[in-house]
Amino acid sequence: MFALIGAEAAIFTIFVVAYLFYVGKSLSGPTPREVLSPPIFYTVCLLSSSLTIHFASRSLRRANIRSFGAWWLLTIVLGAVFLYGTASEWHRLIYKEGLTISTNLFGTTYYSLVGLHGFHVVVGLICLSTVMVFTVFGDVKQEHAERIDVLSLYWHFVDAVWIVVFTVVYVVGR
Amino acid sequence: MSTESIAWPSTGAASPTFVDHLHEWVTTVDHKRLGILYIIYALVFLVIGGVEATVMRIQLIRPHYDFVSPQVFNRMFTMHGTTMIFFVAMPVLFGFANYLIPLMIGARDMAFPRLNAFGFWMTAFGGLLLYFSLVGANGLYGAGNAPDVGWFAYAPLTARTFSVGHSTDFWTLSLLVSGFGSISTAINIVTTVFCMRCPGMTLSKMPLYAWLNLIMAGLVILAVSPLTAAQIMLLLDRYLGAHFFDTQAGGSAVIWMHFFWIFGHPEVYVLVLPAFAFASEIIPVFSRKAIFGYPVMVGATVAIGFISMSVWAHHMFTVGMGANANTFFVISTMAIAVPTGIKIFNWLGTMWGGKILFKTPMLFCIAFLFQFLTAGLTGVMLSAAPFDWQLGNSYFVVAHFHYVIVGGILFCLFGAFYYWFPKMSGKMYNEALGKLHFWLFLIGFHLTFDFMHVPGLLGMPRRIYTYEPGRGWDTWNLIVTIGVFFQAAGILVFIGNLLWSYYRGKAAGSDPWDAWTLEWSTNSPPPAYNFAVIPTVKSRRPLWDLKHPDDPDWKYE
Repeated sequence: MFALIGAEAAIFTIFVVAYLFYVGKSLSGPTPREVLSPPIFYTVCLLSSSLTIHFASRSLRRANIRSFGAWWLLTIVLGAVFLYGTASEWHRLIYKEGLTISTNLFGTTYYSLVGLHGFHVVVGLICLSTVMVFTVFGDVKQEHAERIDVLSLYWHFVDAVWIVVFTVVYVVGR
Repeated sequence: MSTESIAWPSTGAASPTFVDHLHEWVTTVDHKRLGILYIIYALVFLVIGGVEATVMRIQLIRPHYDFVSPQVFNRMFTMHGTTMIFFVAMPVLFGFANYLIPLMIGARDMAFPRLNAFGFWMTAFGGLLLYFSLVGANGLYGAGNAPDVGWFAYAPLTARTFSVGHSTDFWTLSLLVSGFGSISTAINIVTTVFCMRCPGMTLSKMPLYAWLNLIMAGLVILAVSPLTAAQIMLLLDRYLGAHFFDTQAGGSAVIWMHFFWIFGHPEVYVLVLPAFAFASEIIPVFSRKAIFGYPVMVGATVAIGFISMSVWAHHMFTVGMGANANTFFVISTMAIAVPTGIKIFNWLGTMWGGKILFKTPMLFCIAFLFQFLTAGLTGVMLSAAPFDWQLGNSYFVVAHFHYVIVGGILFCLFGAFYYWFPKMSGKMYNEALGKLHFWLFLIGFHLTFDFMHVPGLLGMPRRIYTYEPGRGWDTWNLIVTIGVFFQAAGILVFIGNLLWSYYRGKAAGSDPWDAWTLEWSTNSPPPAYNFAVIPTVKSRRPLWDLKHPDDPDWKYE
């Protein structure tokens, strides 16, 4: 998983570099300052999901399946809320501000970077939900703690990338 | 190749039919079978890519020749480059890594067998996708055929405006797909080396082959991912109207160059490190000496891995990056020659005072040493930016990198084929045919690529369809093309030798070379489980310890 994270980090690096390279190079509007506002609430949701997944895997190591399931479900909910946040922001940008991927360079780099991250959240949620289904059917036991740790490593990575994306898109790029 | 030796319960007493065999091979997750699938797949593409090269060389044999049309010529050099890098060199090296690493580190399989199969089939379908463009690229536009944008596909040539039809899409998608395959295989190699070593095998007792492939896999992870990202951007540009490489909307064509070469240059080391790995196994065995300077070899490899990530823009001196960037990349490029030179000296040190046996694998490795040194020297010449301004995009560059890839990597690879063929097939190859292959290929290689430097120095640019007579290029091009036929003959002898030896060769026994690494301690071909008992090792040469209990290595390491 560390190796996969290395590869993923390299992919994100390229998209982040492209974003930073093209900041302020758009030939037409809208600009980031006009249309973007930092999604603080959704960011807090995603980052706290790192904490909840940590509690979940700790519960599993202690063989507390019920508490594992509860924390795990909370993680999924927080991830889904974050995803809703991204979706509503995109909806606003597309229908109200008229910014699409082909509008200008900002649109191109913004949608691809945030979209790449959103894609990773979706993949993470699918994996987490699969585990949730297994938990509901009682198939997740203490001996799976190591595998769950590997999966939570991925989720931590997705959260850590969001810190970078947030910094680049909503702080530096604005 | 080893199907006879494995009894499968599903087939019962009746002899397995062709469909049974096919089913076993298609659904296999065994690292040895996947390794062989990779290798055979790469050999098929080697022939295809070789035919494309031959078409180009025939076209250039004399001025104003029209053997093929200019459009076909463009497709040929694009397909030749893409095929040889992504569907010959990478798969064949992954194939050997897959086959050998578990055997060398005393494991029963790779860490993730199913991921392994996934990686192979992704690579395989990536190659098919590229060649499907020949029929599929027409699309609704009635334009387009095989990709014709060059293997590094510079923007804005790849934009929809300039590349109608689907040829570029096929190129992008095939690299994207095979890129995922490469990344998954690399992850598998890293995990296998870190987690699956047999008892006693610390990292400092691991065969150099495993070490070098570990670094190679790390480079694949860090280098192929940027390519994947860049391909995604290109697809967004082409399909969703994004503007990453669209200069009309403020995008940058130069950033594609950066992204491509951030992949492109480490890729050279991805290919050459496994070649070094072959040499590091073959040269000691045929010099009857342990490798000279093992820790330095490992250190030099790690240094190459690090430095190779910071040299990419030496492909872009002619773009005009400014003095500071040029200076940085000149210095880093020259710096990478140092660890590479250390390796050359270590191999020479291994041979020095050894009892050298001139078998075919060793011949190829000796030729590799000489040719790789020459290739490295022209590399240092080109790394000086002013020199590169003069010769960038000329046939001198083409000659230089073919000297690396053919003279360095391919020669080592042929050595590896002959060295491990007895292990993989259980049969001994024909030594006389092997030597014939070596000499034909050596003569062909030097005719082609030594003389290719000269028209480059005389100003012949790469990728030209034809040229005017009387520029002093004619004779050189004729000699270069003649060399190609020697190489083709060598390849035919090689494939004939493999086939003949597989069906008619003598049984090889488990250890025909009196070698020292663990793969020679099991049967040839190895059983599905590799080792009946997981071995325990005490030194870098476990089989030496076994054969010489009175004088084992571990007393001195």
